[in-house]
Amino acid sequence: MTGMSIWEYANPRKFGAVADRVVPVTGVLAAVCLVAGLVWGFFFTPDDFRQGSTVKIIYLHVPSAMMAINIWGMMLVASIIWVIRRHHVSALAAKAAAPIGITMTLIALFTGAVWGQPMWGTWWAWDPRLTSFLILFLFYIGYVALWSAIEDPDTAADLTAILCLVGSVFAVLSRYAVLFWNQGLHQAASDPVYDERQIDNVFYMPLLLTIAGFVLLFVALVFYRTRTEIDRSRLRRLEARARLQEARP
Amino acid sequence: MFALIRRDLLLALRSGGGFGLALGFYLILVVLLPLALGPDTGMLSAIAPGLLWIGALLSALLSLERIFSTDFEDGTLDVLGTAPIPLASVALAKAISHWLTTGLPITAIAPLLGALLGLPAGSYGILVLSLLVGTPALSLIGTFAAALTVGLKRGGLLISVITLPLYMPTLVFGSIAVRRVVQGLDPTTSIWLVGAVSLGCIGLLPFAAAAALRVNLR
Repeated sequence: MTGMSIWEYANPRKFGAVADRVVPVTGVLAAVCLVAGLVWGFFFTPDDFRQGSTVKIIYLHVPSAMMAINIWGMMLVASIIWVIRRHHVSALAAKAAAPIGITMTLIALFTGAVWGQPMWGTWWAWDPRLTSFLILFLFYIGYVALWSAIEDPDTAADLTAILCLVGSVFAVLSRYAVLFWNQGLHQAASDPVYDERQIDNVFYMPLLLTIAGFVLLFVALVFYRTRTEIDRSRLRRLEARARLQEARP
Repeated sequence: MFALIRRDLLLALRSGGGFGLALGFYLILVVLLPLALGPDTGMLSAIAPGLLWIGALLSALLSLERIFSTDFEDGTLDVLGTAPIPLASVALAKAISHWLTTGLPITAIAPLLGALLGLPAGSYGILVLSLLVGTPALSLIGTFAAALTVGLKRGGLLISVITLPLYMPTLVFGSIAVRRVVQGLDPTTSIWLVGAVSLGCIGLLPFAAAAALRVNLR
Protein backbone atom coordinates (compact mmCIF):
# COMPACT_ATOMS: atom_id res chain seq x y z
CA MET A 1 0.00 0.00 0.00
CA THR A 2 2.18 2.83 -1.17
CA GLY A 3 1.07 6.33 -0.59
CA MET A 4 -2.06 5.40 1.31
CA SER A 5 -2.18 7.08 4.67
CA ILE A 6 -4.49 9.02 6.90
CA TRP A 7 -3.16 12.22 5.31
CA GLU A 8 -4.94 11.30 2.08
CA TYR A 9 -8.09 12.64 3.72
CA ALA A 10 -6.46 16.02 4.23
CA ASN A 11 -7.40 16.63 0.61
CA PRO A 12 -10.66 18.60 0.90
CA ARG A 13 -12.23 16.85 -2.09
CA LYS A 14 -11.44 13.42 -0.74
CA PHE A 15 -12.61 14.50 2.69
CA GLY A 16 -15.89 15.62 1.18
CA ALA A 17 -16.40 12.23 -0.42
CA VAL A 18 -15.68 10.51 2.89
CA ALA A 19 -17.97 12.87 4.73
CA ASP A 20 -20.77 12.05 2.32
CA ARG A 21 -20.49 8.44 3.39
CA VAL A 22 -19.68 8.96 7.08
CA VAL A 23 -22.41 11.46 7.93
CA PRO A 24 -25.47 9.31 7.13
CA VAL A 25 -24.00 6.16 8.69
CA THR A 26 -22.91 7.78 11.97
CA GLY A 27 -26.04 9.90 12.02
CA VAL A 28 -28.34 6.91 11.83
CA LEU A 29 -26.25 4.92 14.29
CA ALA A 30 -26.24 7.88 16.70
CA ALA A 31 -30.03 8.14 16.49
CA VAL A 32 -30.42 4.40 17.12
CA CYS A 33 -28.01 4.42 20.09
CA LEU A 34 -29.52 7.54 21.63
CA VAL A 35 -33.15 6.45 21.25
CA ALA A 36 -32.38 2.93 22.50
CA GLY A 37 -30.16 4.13 25.34
CA LEU A 38 -32.49 6.87 26.51
CA VAL A 39 -35.65 4.76 26.30
CA TRP A 40 -33.90 1.90 28.08
CA GLY A 41 -32.43 4.25 30.65
CA PHE A 42 -35.57 6.26 31.32
CA PHE A 43 -38.22 3.52 31.30
CA PHE A 44 -36.59 0.16 31.89
CA THR A 45 -34.18 0.76 34.76
CA PRO A 46 -35.12 0.74 38.44
CA ASP A 47 -34.96 3.91 40.54
CA ASP A 48 -31.82 4.36 42.57
CA PHE A 49 -32.50 3.61 46.24
CA ARG A 50 -31.08 6.95 47.36
CA GLN A 51 -31.48 9.24 44.38
CA GLY A 52 -34.87 8.01 43.17
CA SER A 53 -35.76 8.65 39.55
CA THR A 54 -33.55 11.76 39.36
CA VAL A 55 -30.61 9.46 38.69
CA LYS A 56 -31.92 8.96 35.17
CA ILE A 57 -30.61 12.29 34.03
CA ILE A 58 -27.22 10.57 34.14
CA TYR A 59 -27.92 9.35 30.59
CA LEU A 60 -27.65 12.91 29.34
CA HIS A 61 -25.34 14.38 31.95
CA VAL A 62 -22.40 11.97 31.84
CA PRO A 63 -22.11 11.63 28.04
CA SER A 64 -22.38 15.39 27.45
CA ALA A 65 -19.80 16.10 30.16
CA MET A 66 -17.40 13.57 28.65
CA MET A 67 -17.90 15.05 25.20
CA ALA A 68 -17.42 18.61 26.47
CA ILE A 69 -13.90 17.74 27.60
CA ASN A 70 -13.01 15.38 24.76
CA ILE A 71 -14.11 17.84 22.08
CA TRP A 72 -11.60 20.34 23.43
CA GLY A 73 -9.01 17.56 23.21
CA MET A 74 -10.01 16.89 19.61
CA MET A 75 -9.68 20.60 18.83
CA LEU A 76 -6.22 20.59 20.37
CA VAL A 77 -5.13 17.64 18.21
CA ALA A 78 -6.62 19.25 15.10
CA SER A 79 -4.87 22.53 15.91
CA ILE A 80 -1.52 20.78 16.34
CA ILE A 81 -2.00 19.01 13.01
CA TRP A 82 -2.80 22.34 11.38
CA VAL A 83 0.26 24.02 12.91
CA ILE A 84 2.60 21.20 11.85
CA ARG A 85 1.19 19.95 8.55
CA ARG A 86 -1.02 22.86 7.44
CA HIS A 87 -3.97 20.78 6.29
CA HIS A 88 -6.93 23.07 5.92
CA VAL A 89 -9.38 20.31 6.72
CA SER A 90 -7.79 20.01 10.15
CA ALA A 91 -8.16 23.70 10.96
CA LEU A 92 -11.75 23.71 9.71
CA ALA A 93 -12.54 20.60 11.75
CA ALA A 94 -11.36 22.39 14.90
CA LYS A 95 -13.54 25.35 13.96
CA ALA A 96 -16.50 23.07 13.29
CA ALA A 97 -16.10 21.24 16.60
CA ALA A 98 -16.06 24.29 18.88
CA PRO A 99 -19.78 25.17 18.79
CA ILE A 100 -20.61 21.49 19.38
CA GLY A 101 -18.32 21.62 22.41
CA ILE A 102 -20.11 24.71 23.68
CA THR A 103 -23.45 22.96 23.30
CA MET A 104 -22.19 19.87 25.14
CA THR A 105 -20.84 22.02 27.97
CA LEU A 106 -24.18 23.79 28.25
CA ILE A 107 -26.08 20.48 28.26
CA ALA A 108 -23.77 19.16 30.99
CA LEU A 109 -24.18 22.33 33.06
CA PHE A 110 -27.95 22.43 32.57
CA THR A 111 -28.62 18.76 33.31
CA GLY A 112 -26.24 19.08 36.26
CA ALA A 113 -28.30 21.95 37.63
CA VAL A 114 -31.53 20.02 37.13
CA TRP A 115 -30.00 17.05 38.93
CA GLY A 116 -28.38 19.13 41.64
CA GLN A 117 -31.62 20.82 42.63
CA PRO A 118 -33.30 17.74 44.17
CA MET A 119 -30.04 16.09 45.26
CA TRP A 120 -28.06 18.91 46.84
CA GLY A 121 -30.94 21.34 47.25
CA THR A 122 -29.33 23.90 44.96
CA TRP A 123 -29.13 24.58 41.25
CA TRP A 124 -25.58 25.74 41.44
CA ALA A 125 -22.70 25.41 43.87
CA TRP A 126 -19.16 26.66 43.56
CA ASP A 127 -17.91 23.15 43.48
CA PRO A 128 -14.59 22.47 41.68
CA ARG A 129 -16.14 20.26 39.05
CA LEU A 130 -19.01 22.61 38.29
CA THR A 131 -16.69 25.61 38.29
CA SER A 132 -14.25 23.85 35.96
CA PHE A 133 -17.05 23.32 33.47
CA LEU A 134 -18.04 26.94 33.63
CA ILE A 135 -14.39 27.84 33.01
CA LEU A 136 -14.24 25.40 30.10
CA PHE A 137 -17.31 27.13 28.70
CA LEU A 138 -15.49 30.48 28.88
CA PHE A 139 -12.47 29.01 27.08
CA TYR A 140 -14.75 27.78 24.30
CA ILE A 141 -16.34 31.24 24.05
CA GLY A 142 -12.96 32.94 23.68
CA TYR A 143 -11.92 30.47 20.99
CA VAL A 144 -15.11 30.91 18.96
CA ALA A 145 -14.99 34.68 19.42
CA LEU A 146 -11.47 34.79 17.97
CA TRP A 147 -12.50 32.65 14.97
CA SER A 148 -15.42 34.91 14.20
CA ALA A 149 -13.45 38.13 14.61
CA ILE A 150 -10.77 37.46 11.98
CA GLU A 151 -11.65 37.75 8.32
CA ASP A 152 -8.74 36.03 6.61
CA PRO A 153 -9.31 32.27 7.01
CA ASP A 154 -5.64 31.28 7.21
CA THR A 155 -4.81 33.97 9.73
CA ALA A 156 -7.84 32.94 11.76
CA ALA A 157 -6.79 29.29 11.64
CA ASP A 158 -3.25 30.13 12.77
CA LEU A 159 -4.23 32.45 15.58
CA THR A 160 -6.99 30.21 16.93
CA ALA A 161 -4.60 27.24 16.83
CA ILE A 162 -2.11 29.19 18.95
CA LEU A 163 -4.90 30.17 21.32
CA CYS A 164 -6.04 26.55 21.53
CA LEU A 165 -2.52 25.37 22.41
CA VAL A 166 -1.93 28.03 25.06
CA GLY A 167 -5.53 27.78 26.24
CA SER A 168 -5.18 24.04 26.81
CA VAL A 169 -2.26 24.60 29.17
CA PHE A 170 -4.23 27.21 31.08
CA ALA A 171 -7.40 25.12 31.09
CA VAL A 172 -5.56 22.25 32.78
CA LEU A 173 -3.93 24.72 35.15
CA SER A 174 -7.32 26.21 35.98
CA ARG A 175 -8.66 22.76 36.72
CA TYR A 176 -6.00 22.21 39.38
CA ALA A 177 -6.27 25.79 40.62
CA VAL A 178 -9.97 25.24 41.18
CA LEU A 179 -9.33 21.97 43.04
CA PHE A 180 -6.91 23.86 45.25
CA TRP A 181 -9.51 26.58 45.73
CA ASN A 182 -12.41 24.53 47.02
CA GLN A 183 -13.07 20.96 47.99
CA GLY A 184 -16.04 19.45 46.26
CA LEU A 185 -19.67 18.55 46.66
CA HIS A 186 -19.86 16.62 43.39
CA GLN A 187 -19.48 12.85 43.59
CA ALA A 188 -16.44 11.35 41.91
CA ALA A 189 -16.92 11.19 38.18
CA SER A 190 -18.73 8.07 37.08
CA ASP A 191 -16.27 7.43 34.31
CA PRO A 192 -17.48 4.13 32.94
CA VAL A 193 -14.22 3.25 31.26
CA TYR A 194 -11.96 3.43 34.28
CA ASP A 195 -14.11 2.68 37.28
CA GLU A 196 -17.18 0.80 36.26
CA ARG A 197 -17.55 -0.53 39.78
CA GLN A 198 -19.23 2.68 40.85
CA ILE A 199 -22.36 2.06 38.89
CA ASP A 200 -24.45 -1.05 38.79
CA ASN A 201 -24.72 -2.89 35.46
CA VAL A 202 -28.42 -2.08 35.30
CA PHE A 203 -27.53 1.60 34.83
CA TYR A 204 -24.24 0.96 33.15
CA MET A 205 -25.40 -0.69 29.93
CA PRO A 206 -27.83 2.04 28.82
CA LEU A 207 -25.24 4.61 29.85
CA LEU A 208 -22.71 3.01 27.52
CA LEU A 209 -25.30 3.14 24.74
CA THR A 210 -25.99 6.84 25.24
CA ILE A 211 -22.24 7.58 25.41
CA ALA A 212 -21.80 5.74 22.11
CA GLY A 213 -24.74 7.74 20.78
CA PHE A 214 -23.18 11.05 21.83
CA VAL A 215 -19.81 10.11 20.32
CA LEU A 216 -21.43 9.08 17.03
CA LEU A 217 -23.57 12.20 17.03
CA PHE A 218 -20.42 14.28 17.48
CA VAL A 219 -18.66 12.46 14.64
CA ALA A 220 -21.64 13.00 12.34
CA LEU A 221 -21.95 16.67 13.27
CA VAL A 222 -18.25 17.41 13.00
CA PHE A 223 -17.99 15.78 9.57
CA TYR A 224 -21.11 17.59 8.43
CA ARG A 225 -19.97 20.95 9.72
CA THR A 226 -16.43 20.53 8.40
CA ARG A 227 -17.81 19.76 4.97
CA THR A 228 -19.94 22.90 5.21
CA GLU A 229 -16.87 24.93 6.19
CA ILE A 230 -14.93 23.52 3.23
CA ASP A 231 -17.80 24.39 0.89
CA ARG A 232 -17.96 27.85 2.39
CA SER A 233 -14.27 28.54 1.85
CA ARG A 234 -14.50 27.18 -1.68
CA LEU A 235 -17.46 29.45 -2.34
CA ARG A 236 -15.54 32.42 -0.95
CA ARG A 237 -12.66 31.69 -3.32
CA LEU A 238 -15.00 31.37 -6.31
CA GLU A 239 -16.67 34.65 -5.45
CA ALA A 240 -13.28 36.34 -5.16
CA ARG A 241 -12.28 34.96 -8.55
CA ALA A 242 -15.57 36.13 -10.08
CA ARG A 243 -15.04 39.63 -8.69
CA LEU A 244 -11.52 39.65 -10.07
CA GLN A 245 -12.78 38.71 -13.53
CA GLU A 246 -15.48 41.36 -13.40
CA ALA A 247 -12.91 43.98 -12.49
CA ARG A 248 -10.82 43.14 -15.51
CA PRO A 249 -12.03 44.77 -18.69
CA MET B 1 15.69 44.89 24.35
CA PHE B 2 16.52 47.41 27.05
CA ALA B 3 16.29 50.16 24.48
CA LEU B 4 12.82 48.93 23.61
CA ILE B 5 11.72 48.89 27.24
CA ARG B 6 13.19 52.36 27.74
CA ARG B 7 11.38 53.65 24.66
CA ASP B 8 8.04 52.21 25.76
CA LEU B 9 8.42 53.63 29.25
CA LEU B 10 9.28 57.06 27.86
CA LEU B 11 6.29 56.89 25.53
CA ALA B 12 4.06 55.90 28.42
CA LEU B 13 5.39 58.77 30.53
CA ARG B 14 5.27 61.50 27.92
CA SER B 15 1.99 60.63 26.23
CA GLY B 16 0.38 60.55 29.65
CA GLY B 17 -2.03 57.95 30.85
CA GLY B 18 0.66 55.30 31.01
CA PHE B 19 1.41 55.04 34.69
CA GLY B 20 -1.58 57.04 35.84
CA LEU B 21 -4.34 55.22 34.02
CA ALA B 22 -4.09 51.79 35.63
CA LEU B 23 -3.49 53.31 39.05
CA GLY B 24 -6.41 55.69 38.74
CA PHE B 25 -8.66 52.89 37.58
CA TYR B 26 -7.60 50.66 40.47
CA LEU B 27 -8.25 53.46 42.96
CA ILE B 28 -11.67 54.28 41.50
CA LEU B 29 -12.65 50.61 41.46
CA VAL B 30 -11.75 50.15 45.12
CA VAL B 31 -13.66 53.30 46.04
CA LEU B 32 -16.71 52.22 44.04
CA LEU B 33 -16.89 48.71 45.49
CA PRO B 34 -17.75 49.72 49.08
CA LEU B 35 -20.27 52.19 47.67
CA ALA B 36 -21.98 49.27 45.92
CA LEU B 37 -21.53 46.73 48.69
CA GLY B 38 -22.26 48.86 51.74
CA PRO B 39 -19.93 50.30 54.38
CA ASP B 40 -19.93 47.29 56.72
CA THR B 41 -16.26 47.06 57.73
CA GLY B 42 -16.39 43.44 58.79
CA MET B 43 -17.80 42.31 55.47
CA LEU B 44 -15.40 44.50 53.49
CA SER B 45 -12.31 43.27 55.30
CA ALA B 46 -13.46 39.70 54.76
CA ILE B 47 -13.71 40.13 51.00
CA ALA B 48 -10.83 42.61 50.65
CA PRO B 49 -8.28 40.03 49.38
CA GLY B 50 -10.55 39.06 46.52
CA LEU B 51 -11.49 42.64 45.70
CA LEU B 52 -7.87 43.77 45.60
CA TRP B 53 -6.93 40.91 43.29
CA ILE B 54 -9.92 41.41 40.99
CA GLY B 55 -9.06 45.10 40.87
CA ALA B 56 -5.49 44.29 39.87
CA LEU B 57 -6.78 42.00 37.14
CA LEU B 58 -9.12 44.60 35.66
CA SER B 59 -6.53 47.37 35.88
CA ALA B 60 -4.02 45.21 34.03
CA LEU B 61 -6.66 44.50 31.40
CA LEU B 62 -7.26 48.17 30.74
CA SER B 63 -4.06 48.98 28.84
CA LEU B 64 -3.53 45.67 27.07
CA GLU B 65 -4.84 46.79 23.72
CA ARG B 66 -2.22 49.52 23.53
CA ILE B 67 0.71 47.16 23.97
CA PHE B 68 0.99 46.51 20.26
CA SER B 69 -1.76 48.47 18.49
CA THR B 70 0.02 51.84 18.13
CA ASP B 71 3.23 50.14 17.00
CA PHE B 72 1.22 48.05 14.57
CA GLU B 73 -0.53 51.05 13.09
CA ASP B 74 2.54 53.22 12.53
CA GLY B 75 4.64 50.35 11.18
CA THR B 76 7.07 50.13 14.10
CA LEU B 77 6.07 46.53 14.59
CA ASP B 78 7.04 45.66 11.01
CA VAL B 79 10.47 47.14 11.66
CA LEU B 80 10.75 45.21 14.91
CA GLY B 81 9.75 42.08 13.02
CA THR B 82 12.80 42.41 10.81
CA ALA B 83 15.09 43.74 13.55
CA PRO B 84 18.08 41.63 14.61
CA ILE B 85 16.46 40.63 17.90
CA PRO B 86 14.03 37.70 18.11
CA LEU B 87 10.35 38.55 18.11
CA ALA B 88 9.99 36.68 21.39
CA SER B 89 12.35 39.21 22.96
CA VAL B 90 10.23 42.02 21.60
CA ALA B 91 7.17 40.42 23.18
CA LEU B 92 9.03 39.98 26.48
CA ALA B 93 10.20 43.60 26.39
CA LYS B 94 6.63 44.72 25.77
CA ALA B 95 5.41 42.60 28.67
CA ILE B 96 8.09 44.03 30.95
CA SER B 97 7.20 47.61 30.10
CA HIS B 98 3.51 46.79 30.58
CA TRP B 99 4.37 45.34 33.98
CA LEU B 100 6.47 48.36 34.93
CA THR B 101 3.60 50.69 34.05
CA THR B 102 0.74 48.67 35.56
CA GLY B 103 1.76 45.67 37.66
CA LEU B 104 4.42 47.47 39.69
CA PRO B 105 2.39 50.59 40.54
CA ILE B 106 -0.63 48.42 41.33
CA THR B 107 1.47 46.37 43.72
CA ALA B 108 2.83 49.54 45.30
CA ILE B 109 -0.59 51.10 45.89
CA ALA B 110 -2.34 47.89 46.97
CA PRO B 111 -1.49 48.20 50.71
CA LEU B 112 -3.01 51.67 50.74
CA LEU B 113 -6.20 50.40 49.15
CA GLY B 114 -6.07 47.42 51.50
CA ALA B 115 -6.18 49.88 54.38
CA LEU B 116 -9.23 51.55 52.80
CA LEU B 117 -10.98 48.19 52.70
CA GLY B 118 -9.94 47.34 56.25
CA LEU B 119 -7.65 44.47 55.34
CA PRO B 120 -6.47 42.98 58.67
CA ALA B 121 -3.02 43.99 59.86
CA GLY B 122 -0.35 41.39 59.23
CA SER B 123 -1.60 40.42 55.80
CA TYR B 124 -0.13 43.40 53.97
CA GLY B 125 3.23 41.76 53.39
CA ILE B 126 1.64 38.75 51.73
CA LEU B 127 -0.70 40.98 49.72
CA VAL B 128 2.27 42.85 48.27
CA LEU B 129 4.28 39.67 47.80
CA SER B 130 1.44 37.83 46.02
CA LEU B 131 0.86 40.78 43.68
CA LEU B 132 4.58 41.18 43.10
CA VAL B 133 4.99 37.58 41.93
CA GLY B 134 1.53 37.37 40.31
CA THR B 135 1.32 40.53 38.22
CA PRO B 136 4.12 39.48 35.81
CA ALA B 137 1.86 36.59 34.76
CA LEU B 138 -0.96 39.08 34.15
CA SER B 139 1.25 41.24 31.92
CA LEU B 140 2.58 38.27 29.95
CA ILE B 141 -0.84 36.71 29.39
CA GLY B 142 -2.12 40.12 28.36
CA THR B 143 0.77 40.60 25.95
CA PHE B 144 -0.02 37.24 24.39
CA ALA B 145 -3.69 38.15 23.95
CA ALA B 146 -2.70 41.55 22.55
CA ALA B 147 -0.43 39.83 20.04
CA LEU B 148 -3.31 37.58 18.98
CA THR B 149 -5.72 40.44 18.38
CA VAL B 150 -3.35 43.14 17.10
CA GLY B 151 -4.54 42.86 13.50
CA LEU B 152 -8.19 43.39 14.39
CA LYS B 153 -9.95 46.69 14.09
CA ARG B 154 -12.13 46.16 17.09
CA GLY B 155 -9.97 44.00 19.31
CA GLY B 156 -10.83 45.73 22.58
CA LEU B 157 -13.63 43.59 23.86
CA LEU B 158 -12.20 40.43 22.33
CA ILE B 159 -8.97 40.89 24.31
CA SER B 160 -10.96 40.74 27.56
CA VAL B 161 -12.87 37.64 26.49
CA ILE B 162 -9.61 35.89 25.65
CA THR B 163 -7.53 37.18 28.56
CA LEU B 164 -9.83 36.77 31.53
CA PRO B 165 -10.19 32.96 31.33
CA LEU B 166 -6.40 32.73 31.09
CA TYR B 167 -6.09 34.90 34.22
CA MET B 168 -7.99 32.39 36.31
CA PRO B 169 -5.12 30.33 37.78
CA THR B 170 -3.17 33.46 38.77
CA LEU B 171 -6.25 34.96 40.38
CA VAL B 172 -7.08 31.79 42.27
CA PHE B 173 -3.60 31.21 43.69
CA GLY B 174 -2.96 34.89 44.37
CA SER B 175 -6.18 35.60 46.18
CA ILE B 176 -5.96 32.37 48.16
CA ALA B 177 -2.55 33.42 49.48
CA VAL B 178 -3.99 36.64 50.90
CA ARG B 179 -7.15 34.93 52.11
CA ARG B 180 -5.19 32.28 53.94
CA VAL B 181 -3.04 34.78 55.78
CA VAL B 182 -6.18 36.73 56.74
CA GLN B 183 -7.60 33.51 58.17
CA GLY B 184 -4.38 32.85 60.03
CA LEU B 185 -3.23 30.00 57.81
CA ASP B 186 0.08 29.44 56.08
CA PRO B 187 0.15 31.09 52.62
CA THR B 188 3.53 29.71 51.52
CA THR B 189 2.21 27.09 49.08
CA SER B 190 -0.05 29.56 47.33
CA ILE B 191 2.77 32.06 46.92
CA TRP B 192 4.97 29.35 45.41
CA LEU B 193 2.15 28.42 43.04
CA VAL B 194 1.62 32.04 41.92
CA GLY B 195 5.36 32.24 41.32
CA ALA B 196 5.23 29.01 39.36
CA VAL B 197 2.46 30.38 37.13
CA SER B 198 4.47 33.54 36.52
CA LEU B 199 7.65 31.64 35.72
CA GLY B 200 5.75 29.31 33.39
CA CYS B 201 4.30 32.36 31.63
CA ILE B 202 7.76 33.90 31.26
CA GLY B 203 9.01 30.67 29.73
CA LEU B 204 6.11 29.97 27.41
CA LEU B 205 4.19 33.05 26.45
CA PRO B 206 6.82 35.26 24.76
CA PHE B 207 7.21 32.50 22.18
CA ALA B 208 3.45 32.10 21.75
CA ALA B 209 3.11 35.87 21.44
CA ALA B 210 5.92 35.93 18.87
CA ALA B 211 4.18 33.22 16.85
CA ALA B 212 0.96 35.24 16.91
CA LEU B 213 2.80 38.43 15.91
CA ARG B 214 4.46 36.65 13.03
CA VAL B 215 1.04 35.55 11.75
CA ASN B 216 -0.33 39.06 12.10
CA LEU B 217 2.66 40.65 10.37
CA ARG B 218 2.63 38.56 7.23
